[in-house]
Amino acid sequence: MLTRAIDELVRRERPQVLAGLIRWTGDFDLAEEAFQLACAQALEAWPRHGLPRRPGAWLTTVSRRRAVDLMRRRRPDVPLEPAMLDLLGTMGAEDTEPELPPEVEDDRLRLLFTVCHPALAPAAQVALALRTLCGLTTAEIARAHLEPEATTAQRLVRAKRKIAEAGIPFEVPPAERLAERLEGVLSTIYLVFNEGFSATEGDSWIRADLCAEAIRLGRLVVELLPGEAEAEGLLALMLLHDARRASRTATDGTLVPLEEQDRTVWDRAAIEEGTVLLDRGVARGRPGPYQMQAAIAALHARAARPEETDWAQIAALYGALLRTTPGPIVELNAAAAVAMAHGPEAGLAWMERLERSGTLAGYHLLPAAQADLLRRLGRTGEARAAYARALALVRHPAERRFLERRLGELE
Amino acid sequence: MEYIVLIYGSEKSWSSMSKTDVEQMYAEYKKYSEELAKAGVMRGGSELKPTSTASTVRVRGGKRQVTDGPFAETKEQLAGFYLIEVPNLEAALDWAAKCPSSRDGSIEVRPLASGGPA
Repeated sequence: MLTRAIDELVRRERPQVLAGLIRWTGDFDLAEEAFQLACAQALEAWPRHGLPRRPGAWLTTVSRRRAVDLMRRRRPDVPLEPAMLDLLGTMGAEDTEPELPPEVEDDRLRLLFTVCHPALAPAAQVALALRTLCGLTTAEIARAHLEPEATTAQRLVRAKRKIAEAGIPFEVPPAERLAERLEGVLSTIYLVFNEGFSATEGDSWIRADLCAEAIRLGRLVVELLPGEAEAEGLLALMLLHDARRASRTATDGTLVPLEEQDRTVWDRAAIEEGTVLLDRGVARGRPGPYQMQAAIAALHARAARPEETDWAQIAALYGALLRTTPGPIVELNAAAAVAMAHGPEAGLAWMERLERSGTLAGYHLLPAAQADLLRRLGRTGEARAAYARALALVRHPAERRFLERRLGELE
Repeated sequence: MEYIVLIYGSEKSWSSMSKTDVEQMYAEYKKYSEELAKAGVMRGGSELKPTSTASTVRVRGGKRQVTDGPFAETKEQLAGFYLIEVPNLEAALDWAAKCPSSRDGSIEVRPLASGGPA
């Protein structure tokens, strides 16, 4: 019982302590190893001497000491830096309560900007963020990405090596770069979330975990960089999507479309939190794509029944989104919203233009959306053909089962 | 840390530039080089002659093979380089972004191994 309590405590303190250690040692691996040793020591010392008043400070001090030990053992020829020598001098007995100035907040932010540096490949950014800031093990990250553990390990090694060898600084970017770099950080967090959200099969619990970790990272940004409207927008967006998790798939794993979802199981607290965050962000008067997407999600969440959905407003928001972040997938969503707001014909005409442009060739959701509108219009033959086209392209089993179900209902 | 800033661009579009555009580009590069020098980060660099002047050498089985042309035929070619010394990658990328060719070509930034020659 006590071991579990300590485990949880350590897990909670890990990002802060580790971030500080990485800054202090300038070495990801050394920091992680020293932290592991400190945790082992905590598991031994805490049950005997009781929990320290400030576990984070305890772990930081002991980790630093272990880091110094490791450095001395590995490179006895290299003299220690003065800051480290100072620390050695001031350190007392291991079981006494160390007092350390809390400089940890900035370190977590520094770590976030470092691991999300655009000079690292997106997959490496995701893996590093999960490893360092969320404390997932390499095995857990591998399972979440459905890749062999060796691949993930290799990715982490390469990314850490690039940080060290290319000289990626451990710092929060200067004011003039912040907006551009924050965009990168937010998109990495959203990538983590989508990896967790888009799949409904495989190791589903670890997938749900990815969503939770992305939300945790989103909270971290909102907490450490207050006043950033798009950071609030992204957190709101993730909370509002995640609130619908329980209703997204049927017990047999078939995808359930929004209009058929059981809205009574949606997470009200998450919706409330997301809505409040979104309002706060929007009030700052700096609109952006995450806020717009969150606003769309909020309109869906707000409708107690599908027919109460404010489609005109959603269509207008997709129009705005299309102007800021143009792209064929946004356009497809805009067309679908227009169909719901102003009738299927208007949406179908738009989708036909999209189809002719060829930009979504091979994307199953285009024929699937067309099939849905044709079905609503009672144009059964054409709907059937469109479902067949979608089924030829779809890869995800949950979506395939849904499309097959719809096609079956047309008989 | 020392970084090499490799400037890649399309030789084809450069060779078809008007005289005034060429003069304009050289003026921009002159200014850029001066800025690097003024900031105290410049360690060297040069424009290169076109890849049509390149030769590639390989020694295989003790035998020297010389071929005409660059190591690899690519859409964009190496046109020049700078060697700079700055605190970290972020600073190197800032300088790379200021390079005149960053607007129409690509700039590759790479650290020198172990700090470069002493």
